[in-house]
Amino acid sequence: MTPLLTVEDLRITFPTRAGPSEVVRGVSFTLGRERLGIVGESGSGKSQTGRALLGLTPPPGKATAKVLNFDGIDLKNASAATWRRLRGARMSMVMQDPKFSLNPVMTVGKQLLEALKFGAGETRAEARVRALAMLEAVQIRDPERVFRAYPHELSGGMGQRAMIAMMLVTEPDLLIADEPTSALDVTVQVEVLRILDALVRDRGMGLIFISHDLRLVSSFCDRVLVMYAGRVVEELKASELDKAQHPYTRGLMNCLPKIEGGVRPLPTLERDAAWAL
Amino acid sequence: MSDTTTGGGRDSALLRVAWKAVKLVATVALTFLGLLVVTFLIGRVVPVDPVLAVVGDRASQSVYDRVYLELGLDKPLYEQFWIYLQKVMTGDFGQSFLTKRDIVDDIARVFPATLELATVAILIGTVIGIPMGVWAAVRQGRFADQAVRVLGLVGYSAPIFWLGLLGLLVFYARLQWVAGPGRIDIAYEYALTPKTGLLLLDSAMQGQWEVFRNVFSHIILPASLLGYFSMAYISRMTRSFMLNELAQEYVTTARVKGVPEWRIIWVHALRNAAVPLVTVVALSYANLLEGSVLTETVFAWPGLGQYLTNSLQNADMNAVLGGTLVIGSIFVGLNLLSDLLYSLLDPRVRRGR
Repeated sequence: MTPLLTVEDLRITFPTRAGPSEVVRGVSFTLGRERLGIVGESGSGKSQTGRALLGLTPPPGKATAKVLNFDGIDLKNASAATWRRLRGARMSMVMQDPKFSLNPVMTVGKQLLEALKFGAGETRAEARVRALAMLEAVQIRDPERVFRAYPHELSGGMGQRAMIAMMLVTEPDLLIADEPTSALDVTVQVEVLRILDALVRDRGMGLIFISHDLRLVSSFCDRVLVMYAGRVVEELKASELDKAQHPYTRGLMNCLPKIEGGVRPLPTLERDAAWAL
Repeated sequence: MSDTTTGGGRDSALLRVAWKAVKLVATVALTFLGLLVVTFLIGRVVPVDPVLAVVGDRASQSVYDRVYLELGLDKPLYEQFWIYLQKVMTGDFGQSFLTKRDIVDDIARVFPATLELATVAILIGTVIGIPMGVWAAVRQGRFADQAVRVLGLVGYSAPIFWLGLLGLLVFYARLQWVAGPGRIDIAYEYALTPKTGLLLLDSAMQGQWEVFRNVFSHIILPASLLGYFSMAYISRMTRSFMLNELAQEYVTTARVKGVPEWRIIWVHALRNAAVPLVTVVALSYANLLEGSVLTETVFAWPGLGQYLTNSLQNADMNAVLGGTLVIGSIFVGLNLLSDLLYSLLDPRVRRGR
């Protein structure tokens, strides 16, 4: 099976006053129609990696790679038009906080229809039906009302469901979920994850799940990349997390509280300058 | 259910609108009352003897005393304020000592001139300023951004009377593209039946297109100059609001959805930037409506700025207070209007606080 996405030696640099600063330093992986988790602390480059895969590295940053291939399409030298054709239609992204990621002055319905118009070229009449069906698919009980609502009229969990609906309505092949539940209440987190899980499984999509929550990622994904200081320090099967070799991964796992027999206080994470080399 | 919006039946919606209207009227009334107190107090505080202004400095003591009583200056202050209030409510601002006419008539004569000039100017400033600001934000740090910045800085720093004289010299005296000072050529002055006092509107409504062309060629130069100054401000503010909006996450969302860049800029970001822009444009307009003394002087424009300056220099307090009241009302009105526009543009404001 040819992989959906191949990334080899992805590097992202931002110019700073003290010279260029490389925030992602040679990340390589392949992704099939599976669920890949990327974990790491803030600043490890996990979010920038996700954005680079959509061609959305914020200027003046620059992303380069030896290979960046999406389903046979070379993204390395892709034109703006190619990117625009791919985004929405074949790859999309769910972001952290629906409070900021939804346009506050546009109704949810309008934003959904926009996704369909530019991502799938859908005409108005059927688009509305499809949008409402999608809202139902993310288990919104009253799709008509949410369709007409403005983002501030929805709760966080509801907003994030609307966001997921918006990103999946065009049935893309690849979804990047960048901390999709970090801004939500713990009780809602599970629900939203369950919805996301079911939709991704049903559609046989590739998913890249970015999070700082190691336990969440391991329970939700097939494979896990652990990033530290812009590099992948370890790649594991989610089921074999205990076999982690790298001291950083081990350190992360030691910090997880256990219900029984855990150590108190929890150990702090130690960082070795050598890992960042 | 925590996930739902607050609904409410039709009755409660009606009630909410009614309550809002009541609150609005009360706010406006209070604001006006405050405005009247201030103008009234100004009238009492300034070192201008209102009696002397009426009788002249050669009047005998008995005449002085009689007028003093006639003006009600012996009564306590609150009673005087009550009388002032009643007069203002019936549209009586007193007489101008200078023109010997009712202030209301004077203002009705000069204000349309200012209103017309300010309106054309703000239209020019907005229609050019907003796209320029958007363009500068999109091209941040590049040539277009710098060009807009320089153009704006010139607008801020060049004295308007100098630009005005230069404009007259070039476009009127040399090139003869526009008409000179004044609102209208003398030849056309009596061709119009004055209705609104806005000559562009009057001539258009009466189908007198020749007059319209003449009025337009008079107004375009001063309006462009004033518009240029508003444009400088509006474009700077638009740029900074747009930069703020373009950095928001919802812009990234739109990009992820594959929305074309022009739509992201002009629909997504500008719709959000428009909310604070309303205030900027409203304030610029209010500033223009005060009348610009310098521009009005250079272009011999018989507007509010000239009238007020003249009155002030001649200690014509009734006229000054009347004019101040008009300007104050404009500010209240424009603030009200921008509040309404706010709630039209931003759904988060619409549902009340």
